[in-house]
Amino acid sequence: MDTPQTHQFKVIGTRPVRHDGLDKVIGRAKYGADYSFPGMLYGKVLRSPYAHARIKSINAEKALRLPGVKAVVTHDDFAPQTTAPVYRMGGEAAVNPLYLASNILAKDKVLYAGQGVAAVAATSPHIAEEALGLIEVEYEPLPIVLDVLDAMKPGAPIINTTIRRKERPDEETNIAGEFQFKRGDIEAGFKSADIIVEREFRTEMVHQGYIEPPNALGIFSGDGHATVYTSTQGPFDVRIMSATLLGLPEGSVKVVPAEIGGGFGAKLTVHIEPVALLLSKHAGGRPVKMVMTRTEMMRGATGPTSGSVLRVRMGATRDGKIVAAKCWFAYEAGAFPGSPVWLGCFTGLSPYNIDNFLVDGYDVLVNKPKTSSYRAPGATNAAFAVECVVDELAQRCGMDPLDFRIKNASREGTPSVMGPKFPRIGCVEVCEALKRSAHYQTPLAQVPGKYRGRGVAIGFWINGGMQSSAIVNVHADGTASLVTGSVDIGGSRASTAMVVAEVLGLRAEDVRPAVADTDSIGYTDGTGGSRVAFATGLAAYQAANDVVRQLKERAAKIWEISPEDVDWIDGKAVSKRNGVAPLTLKDLAPRLTRTGGPVTGRANVYATGVGPSFAGCLVDLEIDPDTAKVQVLRCTVVQDVGKAIHPSYVEGQMQGGTVQGLGWALNEEYVYDEKGNLRNASFLDYRMPTCLDLPMIDPVMVEVANPGHPLGVRGVGEVSIVPPPAAVANAVSAAVGTRITDLPISPPRLYRILAARHG
Amino acid sequence: MAKKQLVETTINGEPVEFLCEPRQSLLESLRDILGLTGSKEGCLTGDCGACTVLVDDRPVCSCLMLGVEARGKKITTVEGLAEGTKLHPLQQKFLEDASLQCGICTPGFLMSAKSLLDRNPNPTEAEIRYALAGNLCRCTGYDKIVRAVMDAAKVIQAR
Repeated sequence: MDTPQTHQFKVIGTRPVRHDGLDKVIGRAKYGADYSFPGMLYGKVLRSPYAHARIKSINAEKALRLPGVKAVVTHDDFAPQTTAPVYRMGGEAAVNPLYLASNILAKDKVLYAGQGVAAVAATSPHIAEEALGLIEVEYEPLPIVLDVLDAMKPGAPIINTTIRRKERPDEETNIAGEFQFKRGDIEAGFKSADIIVEREFRTEMVHQGYIEPPNALGIFSGDGHATVYTSTQGPFDVRIMSATLLGLPEGSVKVVPAEIGGGFGAKLTVHIEPVALLLSKHAGGRPVKMVMTRTEMMRGATGPTSGSVLRVRMGATRDGKIVAAKCWFAYEAGAFPGSPVWLGCFTGLSPYNIDNFLVDGYDVLVNKPKTSSYRAPGATNAAFAVECVVDELAQRCGMDPLDFRIKNASREGTPSVMGPKFPRIGCVEVCEALKRSAHYQTPLAQVPGKYRGRGVAIGFWINGGMQSSAIVNVHADGTASLVTGSVDIGGSRASTAMVVAEVLGLRAEDVRPAVADTDSIGYTDGTGGSRVAFATGLAAYQAANDVVRQLKERAAKIWEISPEDVDWIDGKAVSKRNGVAPLTLKDLAPRLTRTGGPVTGRANVYATGVGPSFAGCLVDLEIDPDTAKVQVLRCTVVQDVGKAIHPSYVEGQMQGGTVQGLGWALNEEYVYDEKGNLRNASFLDYRMPTCLDLPMIDPVMVEVANPGHPLGVRGVGEVSIVPPPAAVANAVSAAVGTRITDLPISPPRLYRILAARHG
Repeated sequence: MAKKQLVETTINGEPVEFLCEPRQSLLESLRDILGLTGSKEGCLTGDCGACTVLVDDRPVCSCLMLGVEARGKKITTVEGLAEGTKLHPLQQKFLEDASLQCGICTPGFLMSAKSLLDRNPNPTEAEIRYALAGNLCRCTGYDKIVRAVMDAAKVIQAR
């Protein structure tokens, strides 16, 4: 049988130059901040200096008198909002519009330092900034709570007085959501265990760290239509959310997606787009451009991901079978509900086939920014805890850490934590490829005067499917164009165009891909959940096959036979009836005019058949005993990628996610003072990895075809971030002889551990 | 607001005059006054390197330099890296080696790497990593960027 593994592809699996690459290396590509319009104003947001306070009054008179200031807006200028959920068309995540509006511009109370309070539009960004200083806001400070465990205690300062737990309807609480997954008999499971390991872990908030500041350019026209240019992962999300906040019909807002300078999940929601529109509306329809400062986005206007407290207890038999697992996860939601704790609950134990488990998760409000998605949201925290405990169990069983994982690994047919059985997955293949790697086969040499260690961990991510639309146009010169609604954040124009080229028998460079605005393409869910190459790729595949169907009809017309008597083989129309020479797309394209007119292929999909992903990370590191600085010496990432369409960009996802995970492991954290002010709101103090901190990252692609996709494609974007924090912690634990339980393993933190253990 | 100043300078080999406020940075002058938006804003505090340009052949964060300080200087931006349609070997290798994902940091990396290769056409991996340590990339993990610079160095040496 012809399967994605055996099929000889011509385009898929090659490494062409990406179509949008040239513009990006000569400085011509237009990102959101690069757009300008005549008469354009500049918007800025005034942000709260308090982590929790009542807003007693806002007086903008002085600001409005400053020459050049054209508008000042506050929360009350949004259309009135309720807490009734607005479903994005994907239906995956309901949005609470009152919370959304209040997070952008506070209503009555500020809930974290950095929350928007008012916004200004002026003729220059400098005047807008001056005007912010002239807005008088009277605050009444309220008690704050920053620690997730403190926030769960009775008597904690309450952040949202309307929230209740189901079983305690009379009690105010900061616990905004509770999740539980269980299977089997947890007590009996632990009774049958010979070895039990139990640990509590802590992680801090971390930022996605995209290099491009969030931006928006809003134009509110006099006829009730509005246009937003913005660097977003989800143009259709921006459309529904902006329309809702401004009280406009969804279809009257057009979102033009600009090139995007990284997002990693944070740019799937709106941050300033509705404000730019609101300011434009109040400034007589003049275009308003807004670009956030780095400090604004770090302080939280765009949402980092949760810090967490993670308790994991796991039991195994002496021969290395995990028999019971109990997890208790509390994630910081920030100031509004909605941490990814449920995804942590679902993913943490997913690599393993465990008969008895209980997972409890809590979504906890604290006076910190509302969290937003960050690459495999929720999974990295949970995997950090689980994979450290698994490592310790393997050690106590006297087993190789990968053999231990293989012995317990989830396979096809294993029920997932949520219940449904896994389709064909590559968890075992990932572990085996790690074992076979030259890296694993080469022992780590110790050097005198340093601590060295090796660590390994694996991770799981569910991946997304959802809705995508695609259009393929055939040009008379025998090339084609592909139009989709998926913002290209890391090479997806290339991969989706390659799918079309494969089907049509063209070269990759003969298919020009474009990302269209929300008026020009059918609904498409955001670029997130590792879904674009999979789902938009599926739409592109189907649209290309729609072209094939029409080309077969045209060939039939030319040959004067029935379309059923035409095959499409290797990019050519072939007659089943007579010996005429096959016709390629290049042969047929110039003849379209006289055989019925232009050919456009279309497809709209709700992609099911999602293939989950597994990845593994192997890391060698060295610790300087004097400074406690950790140097990564060698790092290998293995991932089941299904079918790599453009292997270079698949490797890029693996390497990039791994390095984000290494940063999370070693240095990145939000540091707050006791008043709730973020003390490291810059790239100098929020220490992301530089290239000087790193070795090459060796990617090993494992291709276990996804049976739910015609080409075997799985999402590849996210899972690589999941294993590194645990792999690093396991390596440091091995190096220093003490189990590491807190992230990040930064020099000050590790120095204290070294001092306690080694003096 | 102080009066606007006339700045006479050279940008990408051509003499340029522009008017800017004394408080406007070189980055703002390039982007908002001259329409050269290839240099990117990432932080405005000199920490990310996305706005790197060459000033008299030295790499500078253009967000940390005032527009008026460009007077009499020779400024090279990413728009001036190629010779017409002939790409610089760094640009060519960044494309071939898939060294960019979102591409927002690319102009800054290209300019820092050009400065390195102009000074040292045969750098070691460690020298490349040192020279690029002021440029942040969040997408790639740097692997393919460092390789592209190595590959571009080979092309330049072979000339």
